Amino acid sequence: MKVLFFGSLREQLGTGELNTVLPDGVGTIGQLLANLQAQGDEWKLALGAGNVLFAVNQDLVDENTVISDSDEVALFPPVTGG
Amino acid sequence: MISISVQEQDFDVGEEYRQLQAGNTDIGSGVGGVAIFTGQVRDLADNPLKFMRLEHYPGMTEKSLQQTADQAAERWPTIDIRIIHRIGDLAPGEQIVFVGVSSAHRDAAFSACEFIMDILKTSAPFWKKEQHVNGSSGWVDAKDVDQQRAERWQGGD
Repeated sequence: MKVLFFGSLREQLGTGELNTVLPDGVGTIGQLLANLQAQGDEWKLALGAGNVLFAVNQDLVDENTVISDSDEVALFPPVTGG
Repeated sequence: MISISVQEQDFDVGEEYRQLQAGNTDIGSGVGGVAIFTGQVRDLADNPLKFMRLEHYPGMTEKSLQQTADQAAERWPTIDIRIIHRIGDLAPGEQIVFVGVSSAHRDAAFSACEFIMDILKTSAPFWKKEQHVNGSSGWVDAKDVDQQRAERWQGGD
């Protein structure tokens, strides 16, 4: 699975893209978020503030969305275009 | 017709307006009016800006803008919708965004143009980072008022 990060989140995590296999027990965006938060202090800090938006295959979704290994997932802060 | 462009280069409002105004003359355009909004990089008196860097999510950005324009076209009797959003490094005073809508009567053009801007501000995956003259920099925070403006369209026109 491809996981993309943008904006301040990309900067805080020091990476824009992870290529990973969906870990056991991770079937939704919310579960993926919890899994990523457990990867270390900077992950917990960057992803634990509760203001992260999620996209699956380039559509905005909520935490309950089911994901699979073939999906493109993206995590990013609230958008500020316009 | 709906037209979306995400680009580094600047745009010419006059040229965009003329295209919206003309419509498709082969079939008789039916255009009675055009509403246009442009946004530009604001300078800040207390902490002067060197430039604003606009980052986006290639692919999703175009998809999101297309969906927003489609929703506007379903909701109001528009003729043409044109959205341009720039990315990259933009200096104070430079244009960022163009939304233009043509329609037979002004209500549809005004409403669709405002709707598109309000939804774009909260849904299209762009992020701004300010680089100041004094060397400091920082990501722009999303504003509650933008969320409120987007949500008011959920209740109807």
